[in-house]
Amino acid sequence: MKLKKYTRLIAASMAIALVAAACGSSSDTATDGGDGGGGDAIQTASASSCEAGQIDGDLAIFNWTEYMDPELIVAFEEEFGVSVTEDNYDSNEAMQPIINAGGSGFDFIVPSDYMVGIMIDAGNLQPLNRDAIPNLQNLAPEFASGLPYDPDAEFSAPYQWGTTGLGVDLTVTGPDVPQTWGLIFDPELAAEFNLEGQFSTLLNDPRETLGAALKFLGYSLNTTSEAELQEAEELIASTLDRVAAFESDQYDELLVTGEAAVTHGYSGNFLFQFLDAENPEDFTYFVPEEGGTRWIDNMAIPFDAPNPCTAHTFINFLLDAERGAQLTNWNLYASPNEAATPFIDQEVLDDPIVYPTDTSLLEEIEDTGDFEINFSDAFTSARG
Amino acid sequence: MATTKELRGGAKWALSLNAWLVYFFFYAPIALLVVFSFSDDNLVGRWGGFTTRWYGEFLDNDGVQNALGNSIRVAILSTVISVVLGTMAGLSLERYRFRGSRMFDALLYLPVIVPDVTMAVMMLIFFTSLDDLIGLQITRGFSTITLSHIAFSISFVSIVVRARLAGMSETLEEAAQDLYATRWQTFRFVTLPLILPGIIGGALLALTLSLDDVVITQFVSGPGSTTLPVFVFSLIRRGVSPLINAVSVVMLAASAFLVLLSLLAQRSRGGSVT
Amino acid sequence: MTTAQTTELSPKNLSDANERNKRRQGFLMAFPAYAYLLIFFAFPLGIVVVYSFATRNRFGGTDLSDWNFDSYIRLNDEVLRNILFRSFTLALLTTVICLLVAYPFSYFLATRTPTIRNVLLVFVMIPFWSNFLVRNYAWRVLLGSDGPVSRLTELLGLGETRILFTPTAIVLGLVYGFLPFMILPLYASLERLDWSVLEAARDLGATGFQTLRKVTIPLSMPGVIAGSILVFIPSFGAFVTPEILGGGREVLLGSFIVSQFLEARNWPVGAATSTVLMAVMLASALLYFRKGGRTL
Repeated sequence: MKLKKYTRLIAASMAIALVAAACGSSSDTATDGGDGGGGDAIQTASASSCEAGQIDGDLAIFNWTEYMDPELIVAFEEEFGVSVTEDNYDSNEAMQPIINAGGSGFDFIVPSDYMVGIMIDAGNLQPLNRDAIPNLQNLAPEFASGLPYDPDAEFSAPYQWGTTGLGVDLTVTGPDVPQTWGLIFDPELAAEFNLEGQFSTLLNDPRETLGAALKFLGYSLNTTSEAELQEAEELIASTLDRVAAFESDQYDELLVTGEAAVTHGYSGNFLFQFLDAENPEDFTYFVPEEGGTRWIDNMAIPFDAPNPCTAHTFINFLLDAERGAQLTNWNLYASPNEAATPFIDQEVLDDPIVYPTDTSLLEEIEDTGDFEINFSDAFTSARG
Repeated sequence: MATTKELRGGAKWALSLNAWLVYFFFYAPIALLVVFSFSDDNLVGRWGGFTTRWYGEFLDNDGVQNALGNSIRVAILSTVISVVLGTMAGLSLERYRFRGSRMFDALLYLPVIVPDVTMAVMMLIFFTSLDDLIGLQITRGFSTITLSHIAFSISFVSIVVRARLAGMSETLEEAAQDLYATRWQTFRFVTLPLILPGIIGGALLALTLSLDDVVITQFVSGPGSTTLPVFVFSLIRRGVSPLINAVSVVMLAASAFLVLLSLLAQRSRGGSVT
Repeated sequence: MTTAQTTELSPKNLSDANERNKRRQGFLMAFPAYAYLLIFFAFPLGIVVVYSFATRNRFGGTDLSDWNFDSYIRLNDEVLRNILFRSFTLALLTTVICLLVAYPFSYFLATRTPTIRNVLLVFVMIPFWSNFLVRNYAWRVLLGSDGPVSRLTELLGLGETRILFTPTAIVLGLVYGFLPFMILPLYASLERLDWSVLEAARDLGATGFQTLRKVTIPLSMPGVIAGSILVFIPSFGAFVTPEILGGGREVLLGSFIVSQFLEARNWPVGAATSTVLMAVMLASALLYFRKGGRTL
């Protein structure tokens, strides 16, 4: 009996050793950015040989929450006779490891700008077959190519875009409020507009919040200068007594419920909340004059998508002029689809929250490679 | 029996007061949740008049219903399995000593200690590397979620069962064996009733943990296997809509109903759990 | 040791064969859970430990070829020490409050009649079958400057109070979330108390307080310890409640680990932090158990 017991224990420990050894040996395959999965094999793969309108199976979508009009999904299902499942994520960082690991089963994902860059480097995306997506020609020229994260538009096609800025409760500050990050970062200005005490929130995101501070200081939000980052960190540390929370989810609700008077967040969410409020004119949103973030979300296909042709067809479907407009009318984010403009509701087109009048102030967040660690550390240190 | 437990005046009064306060504390957010599930406003916390439309939306929303169904399936299966495994482990560690029991003891604590996100990441790497290591391809979804939930629930169950067993003497079991009860009979009619409160406690914990887990589930789920907490988590970006409150109320009501029903059934059979 | 005791308690004629038989039986009972945890927990955990010695590459992936201790060296940092200290204090406070509230509560439960006991226990758990996040957001409304708590203090003439986004709110949320983790093991150990022992103590002239201190508490020690571990450990690494109710103003250990894994995409440092955390916690939990739980 004893012997048997030992055999079991030995077998168990050998199995552990085996796994450890296997982990070691898999190192050479994982070095080019794949964490555990097989993202590497795809680096050399060419675009899949799909034709326009081709269907090779059902579609599994992995997208941000409430970002896709359910009616568009129904329309796609009916037109092409496939069934579509949609799952949601709440941040790029939660989505990427899942795709990167391989075998996720998703055909269609919507990563933001900098994340497209990361995912291309990590071999997470497959090249798009442009022939299968004739509607790519509907994109406005500035979105069709030359985007910093995917210069040749090889792996991604823009989905929607928006900005990051400040939402303000005008009943607290008065109607004439200067459009500046100073409302949060400048103590004198904050005092002048009744923003002392803990009445502001910043995003709980190192790149966005340090980016805002960098913009206020007059630097690029993609800086890789340690001195500039240090200044931004100190600036955030000095505003802690005016910041109620670092909040990425409910900044818009905190604003309209009076819990905060100036909050940092994304354009479309504010607009949704303002339209819902009793007195929408009590609130405003702007990108401060020092500049802010423009983000672009993109359609892409994971390297190991089970049904890439259906995914191509879906991208083409969404880039159609009328459907692109339907999407913007539904989720109130700006469309990169130029052909869609005539079909977009005029009040949406005229709304400066959706379509800012001056886009020259805007900068996209880019992956800074190893410097991302400095951003993360600075954001942690700034909060003590 | 009851008289021996009676405490004198002040202490007795303080005990009941404490109990009522604890229940008040437990149910304060629940009351808020129920109230706002009937509020005709998109914001929880801003009353917009009475409505039942969120319950209607719940009935119409396939996404929520799918997620709810997934959650319940995972929770029940993982609870059943982890209760069986965890109880056996607890019994064994408390009543027997064998080579390797120390190591097992330590291993049992680790799932309680590991941070959620760490476990999420490691389960993701584990399931995907199975393919590289032994050529086993597991489609992420219901099975991987359930396997992961069992992995953390076993420990919680066994800790509660052991707290029940610790210091409890074996005289009753030995008496039963002396009376020629088989090992199974001894377990079924002596040990099991003795440790049942511990098992129930452990099962309740396991069920709760499974129904609440977001991070680990999010990492090991696949297309269409989203559970309710993950669904809610991703929805919160658009604000906590009273729809989610309505779903929570339905879950609360259904679980309360089921549990009370089973208690009644036990009572009518003439036996009590303890 | 309980196990040692039980062997002493057993009939004297216990033969070696019997003893061996018992060991085998014990091993067989533990085997399914043991095997399960080895495969589905210890293996994956081994991977995390392996990752903690690897290196983050430029793109946030992990290079598994370049082995070093850099991630561990990085942990020796003043910012992280502050984070650890803060998390430890909050978790300790949470555990103590839970214990003080749950002990009399579980005692109350254990002294009801069996049917009522079960109903009361179920009513403890029902709130927790709603949804963790929804409960946390409900607390946000309750503790906000317009919430009921603030209204109450206003009525009492204390002015508006906002507990939300303070450390108090974090502790309150953690106590709410982990109180059942304390109640369940406490109840399980109090419920099996031999009440005749208590009665004997009273008969021998012990006051109520003396009985509690000398008899009840020592007898329920396993429950106290199990409950403290189940509360302290998860609140030490808690992430969601501190973010929602504390507003992310103070970085706690849970947030730090999440930010390493997700924001900085620095898996080696996240893995190293987790490894150290788990090693320390495991050592203290085992020590605590040996010292406290087994002195019965």
